[in-house]
Amino acid sequence: MHTVVERTQLSPNVTRLVVEARRIAQIRRPGQFVIVRAGEGAERIPLTIADADPAAGTITLVIQAVGKSTYDLVALDVGQAIRDIAGPLGHPTEILSAGHAVCVGGGVGTAVVYPIAVALHDAGVRVTSITGGRSQEWVMLEDELRAAGDVIVCTDDGSYGRQGFVTTALAEVLATDSVDAVYAVGPVPMMRAVAELTRPAGVRTIVSLNPIMVDGTGMCGGCRVTVDGQTRYACVDGPEFDAHAVDFAQLADRLGTYREFEQRALERRRCALAEQMRTPATTGAA
Amino acid sequence: MDERPTGAGDYPELSFDHAPGERAPISPKERMTIERQHMPEQPADLRAHNFAEVNLGFDHQLAILEAERCLQCRNPACIDGCPVRVNIPRFIDLLARGDLRAAANSLLDDNALPCVTGRVCPQETQCEGRCLRGKKGDPVAIGYLERFVADWASHNPATADGRRPATGKRVAVVGSGPAGLTCAGELAKRGHAVTVFEAFHAPGGVLIYGIPEFRLPKGVVRQEIERLAGLGVEIVPNAIVGKTYTLDELRSMFDAVFVAVGAGLPIFMDVPGENLKGVYSANEYLTRVNLMGAYLPDSDTPVLDGQRVVVVGGGNVAMDAVRTARRLGAQDAIIVYRRGRDELPARREEVHHAEQEGIRFELLAAPVEVVGENGWVAGLRCVRMELGEPDESGRRRPRPILGSEFTIAADLVVVAIGTRSNPLLTATATGLTVNEWGYIETDGAGMTSLLGVFAGGDIVRGAATVILAMGDGKRAAAAIDAYLAGELPAAVTTEALEVGAAG
Repeated sequence: MHTVVERTQLSPNVTRLVVEARRIAQIRRPGQFVIVRAGEGAERIPLTIADADPAAGTITLVIQAVGKSTYDLVALDVGQAIRDIAGPLGHPTEILSAGHAVCVGGGVGTAVVYPIAVALHDAGVRVTSITGGRSQEWVMLEDELRAAGDVIVCTDDGSYGRQGFVTTALAEVLATDSVDAVYAVGPVPMMRAVAELTRPAGVRTIVSLNPIMVDGTGMCGGCRVTVDGQTRYACVDGPEFDAHAVDFAQLADRLGTYREFEQRALERRRCALAEQMRTPATTGAA
Repeated sequence: MDERPTGAGDYPELSFDHAPGERAPISPKERMTIERQHMPEQPADLRAHNFAEVNLGFDHQLAILEAERCLQCRNPACIDGCPVRVNIPRFIDLLARGDLRAAANSLLDDNALPCVTGRVCPQETQCEGRCLRGKKGDPVAIGYLERFVADWASHNPATADGRRPATGKRVAVVGSGPAGLTCAGELAKRGHAVTVFEAFHAPGGVLIYGIPEFRLPKGVVRQEIERLAGLGVEIVPNAIVGKTYTLDELRSMFDAVFVAVGAGLPIFMDVPGENLKGVYSANEYLTRVNLMGAYLPDSDTPVLDGQRVVVVGGGNVAMDAVRTARRLGAQDAIIVYRRGRDELPARREEVHHAEQEGIRFELLAAPVEVVGENGWVAGLRCVRMELGEPDESGRRRPRPILGSEFTIAADLVVVAIGTRSNPLLTATATGLTVNEWGYIETDGAGMTSLLGVFAGGDIVRGAATVILAMGDGKRAAAAIDAYLAGELPAAVTTEALEVGAAG
């Protein structure tokens, strides 16, 4: 069991949980992920390790509530526990040793790019982080990123930082500064757009992929992605790949495999919660 | 259909009214007239829509009647046919005498997981394949008898576990599948402290994620694991050796290590369209259904339930997948296999059960393309095959017939054509020798290139059966025991294995 020791709301649907996982906290490296199972009967889902405190024996998970399993996770309070955490999985990020890196995070992807930015900074690399969201309340981890270098914040509606997409800001950086590598994590359309921006100049671009996964050890093949025409498993061959070689259309398509099921599961969860809310009232009336 | 069929044939002359501990007074001639008893099973039309176990098991009367068919050969060939060398005539004799406790003890001495093997072993190519009675007629139903005795033992657990005094030695077992569990049980009986590392959240390996409920109920597996826990075996879930711990670390923390991580990575067909939505590896499909419980109505884990499901392959895994699809509501559940019916590598009983459940067999056909529509599977394009000259495995090599392509409409394709080695552990273990396919190399005693590190099961031999993995686990346990006692593992012979097994 992995007790939640800290819980913070980062944006309307993104929650940060700091949980006990002593072994993983000691050995994890930036870019790696864990497979999490909230409780008995719960789904196994992959989550990037956003941070770790080896001394305290805790890791940080940043979770966007989109389906039943993630809603169950973010509903956990401090003192409650996650049943299973397995990892650390996947290859750690290959960190540059010098130069200038741009870390681009879209939405919850900012939490994935954040440990990479820190590791780059610690390795002596100059880091520019670009993060964005729909509006101010969706911007996250800005102060944390600032500790690793410059930060450009973008919002779609211009309510905070500059108005526009992260790719607009990235295009400006690419045009005005020398860039040795770009690390981009976010929704598939964002990562694809970043890849297209950096492709003409051949700037090395790394994306971290989060396809559907069951075991996380290469056993199921559910996370297969096409990279450079070859089938690769994101769990054991990745999760990071050369953005210029990834078949993003296929990735986006495969991510939609269970869309209908997820909607039904979410609906069931809402009904069950509503039922729970109703039950005490009914008892009281009787 | 009758839920409790009695034995095949009518035996008014047989009396079971003899004193306990004695054999029924039957003449050898009478014994030869007893026909093989049928396994009671759920009717096919009913079971094709549920996940309850197909085979219902012998009752005591059927078991004793079947046990009386055993000729108690002086040189029993059945034992040689068994990868873990169960003393088959001994437990059958004890069963026939009505001494179930002694029969169970005898069986459990030889076999750590008899509830499992009694259900999933390919008996027809092992013990029953060697049975003298099979030369003329049907062999003794050894698997059914094993299951009967083992299930009885599960419901009537013994109080004494026969453990030897603690040796103070610690052994790590990597993987909690059949090889790992067997090795752990044997080592615990010998007084060693055993810790099993399992990558998943639940132990059992292929017994839990792979073999479906209707063939091997998970409750049965959990009981077998609880029996091992009762012997003091500690199981650590969510521990991925190669990631959470390295083999080097385990070597420094334990006196010996047994690596039994299974084969792991699924092989795909390498045809166009394989990454369409609706193409699963059998590993993924079965793991979703079995380990994650996706067949249950309120499951958090989804599985696609196709109306027309094509499973590619002809082994036990393919049969498990296609029968699972049927139970999940597939109107058409089809096996596509490139050779003929006689070449199907699956257990005979599985093929028989599949046919009874209305599974269609598209034999002598090989996939050439997964046909898609809007990103989803719409069909499987195949080519007709014919059998040519025998290949190195002795089976006739299939070859495509030019221009014979045809398409099977399908909304789900499950690929069950085998696995290859998973490098997660081996790639991170310094000095561990693997062969060109990534499988771990071992000596005759099961020791790897690293002193004190042994290996067995699919990560050594490639995809094989539960019982072969168990045989490896048992042999490795004897070798580890000798190694921990300061003896050279090369001293471990078949004889030592048998002596060790009796202890």
